[in-house]
Amino acid sequence: MTQHTLSVLVENTPGILTRVAALFARRGFNIESLAVGTTEHPEISRMTIVVNVEGLPLEQVTKQLNKLVNVLKIVELDPGTSVQRELVLIKVRADAETRSQVLETVQLFRAKVVDVAPDAVTVEATGNRDKLDALIRILEPFGIKELVQSGMVAIGRGARSITDRSLRAIERSA
Amino acid sequence: MTTEQMTGAQALVRALENVGVDTVFGIPGGAILPAYDPLYDSVKLRHILVRHEQGAGHAAQGYAMVTGKVGVCMATSGPGATNLVTPISDAYMDSVPLVAITGQVATSLIGTDGFQEADIAGITMPITKHNFLVTDAKDIGRTIVEAFHIASTGRPGPVLVDIAKDALQATFDFEWPVQMHLPGYRPVTRPHSKQVREAARLITGAERPVLYVGGGVLKAGASAELKVLAELTGVPVVTTLMAKGAFPDSHPQHMGMPGMHGTVGAVGALQRSDLLVAIGARFDDRVTGMLDTFAPDAKVVHADIDPAEISKNRHADVPIVGDAREVIADLIVAVQAEHDAGRTGDYAAWWRQLNAWRDTYPLGYDLPEDGSLSPQQVIERIGALVGPDAYYVAGVGQHQMWAAQFIKYERPGAFLNSGGAGTMGYAVPAAMGAKVGAPDTQVWAIDGDGCFQMTNQELATCVVEGIPVKIAVINNGNLGMVRQWQTLFYEGRYSNTKLHTNRVPDFVKLAEAYGCVGLRCERPEDVDAVIAKAMEINDTPVVIDFVVHPDAMVWPMVAAGTSNDDIKIARDLAPEWENGD
Repeated sequence: MTQHTLSVLVENTPGILTRVAALFARRGFNIESLAVGTTEHPEISRMTIVVNVEGLPLEQVTKQLNKLVNVLKIVELDPGTSVQRELVLIKVRADAETRSQVLETVQLFRAKVVDVAPDAVTVEATGNRDKLDALIRILEPFGIKELVQSGMVAIGRGARSITDRSLRAIERSA
Repeated sequence: MTTEQMTGAQALVRALENVGVDTVFGIPGGAILPAYDPLYDSVKLRHILVRHEQGAGHAAQGYAMVTGKVGVCMATSGPGATNLVTPISDAYMDSVPLVAITGQVATSLIGTDGFQEADIAGITMPITKHNFLVTDAKDIGRTIVEAFHIASTGRPGPVLVDIAKDALQATFDFEWPVQMHLPGYRPVTRPHSKQVREAARLITGAERPVLYVGGGVLKAGASAELKVLAELTGVPVVTTLMAKGAFPDSHPQHMGMPGMHGTVGAVGALQRSDLLVAIGARFDDRVTGMLDTFAPDAKVVHADIDPAEISKNRHADVPIVGDAREVIADLIVAVQAEHDAGRTGDYAAWWRQLNAWRDTYPLGYDLPEDGSLSPQQVIERIGALVGPDAYYVAGVGQHQMWAAQFIKYERPGAFLNSGGAGTMGYAVPAAMGAKVGAPDTQVWAIDGDGCFQMTNQELATCVVEGIPVKIAVINNGNLGMVRQWQTLFYEGRYSNTKLHTNRVPDFVKLAEAYGCVGLRCERPEDVDAVIAKAMEINDTPVVIDFVVHPDAMVWPMVAAGTSNDDIKIARDLAPEWENGD
């Protein structure tokens, strides 16, 4: 099983998330994580999709995605040449006795405490998958009451932008 | 640019007229009602009122297949729209250009489970090339232009335009012409010249090449080019179910149809080939049999206008993305260049093998011993008497396979059927649409008694609208293909396949009730006379009830999920592959 990170630029139209997500399901691909938001250009949204590929070639799903009329561009981001980040919010048990240990862990991971209650703190952390997994592992013994994670977002390293050309295509056809 | 004040409904009709539509198949209802009012006044659009929306969809498909234009069907929201799902799915599988226009409940009702509300855009998402929900009258004109552009370019397919009732009723300033806004839609039609040269080099270097021709060649209108390429190279040709007629059946290089019910020669050609040149074909499971054992020694050149088809099922050594007509035209030039450089293919040994298979295992059938009608013979006689200029439209099942096997197709587009989706009930409405598109040509539906009962309500449409199609019902009283599988794979346990169609209904009376001419044929000696009588009647639809023997089976057969190498020419009878080597 191999994991791939796809950046998919789409027209910001109603229903596009359904079209993309349904296509993955229909063609037998499992989405590991999905994050979507607008880009620097309000007409273009960007989806970051992490997909597990087993047996079926990734090429097939990118070709099928390309056939969706509202999809502008698909780029596979290599972990080595891109920055890949996820965000996690963790509500962890922390009473007077354990609070200092929890806070120490939070500092070690360069995470932040964003909410404090008498017997719990809520921790915000960003990073790659490995770092977040490590943080969760270490906080686990204290008692994780609730946990929520964003999908991964990713961007290529260096000065080049993948949105430039799609923007020009949008402007040409406008 | 001109601007004119009108309603969304008027804009819809005007836009349809402006993109060149002349025929719409449909049924009105609540949400689409505003559109039917200006439609009533249009002198450019002929609306054909069908009896069931599924009929409208298949009729639009038949119309599209014979005219090469986009077929158009129209229905109201909810059940009207969902009744279009089957033909839309059919058009998607067989790449038929279709625009389906549906009314939707008013914008304020969307999402409230309003009367006759169905999320038809959501429902048809996986079976359309694209679809639209229009909630603003100002978007109607542009959406129609975009829908027709998407349906008819690249790999053709169905597009659904769902329009909210209030958008149809709103008054606004209609502007024409409109600018399309499709930044993400760029079909590639020009093949890559380097890939084409590589393909030509492989063709002249191969020992056992085959041109594996699919429906894309018909869609691209590339039959003339295909004949030139085939004759220039001397390579054998197989045409899939969707490509019947793309290459003349009578041509000496034609090895027939490959696949589950293909000829031994065509199946053998693919299996023993060292080079498949697939053009507009998609390596469907009904052609490849068990994929792992398909054409094991062959390199693959795969040309298709849809990049996603290439290497989907079988890895392509030379992928070519492009329109089949442009690909073949470029291949002709590239092969000629190879010949000019002294490199020509030598396929003499290959042809000895192919001819041996063809001579030893021709298509054939046994006549029933009890003197009853042979379905194969009936279909063969229809083809022989009606001739190659007619259109033949099959339903789905045994009769469809026999229509593919025993009618000789000599011209592109002469055979219409539901290949990918396998939609029983396709024949009657599709034949109706074909006849509307080609009124001066004979259109014969070859239907089964099971299929016929799914959509024969359109006989009323044919009579009322003056669409004189011929419907040959190959009546074996059973769901024949399912019964054949029960015979072969379920120890003859005929669970729910007997239709009792020899008694209920009486197809002759049914035809007459609809105002058609109904004929019946039960004896072999009457077949020709009945066909001749049907051919003489050109002012009203004719239904012929051919009462045939129920035990006839379709051979050859590659059982589902098995290897093409295990093709049987009759029950438990396999060809001897090395014969004639």
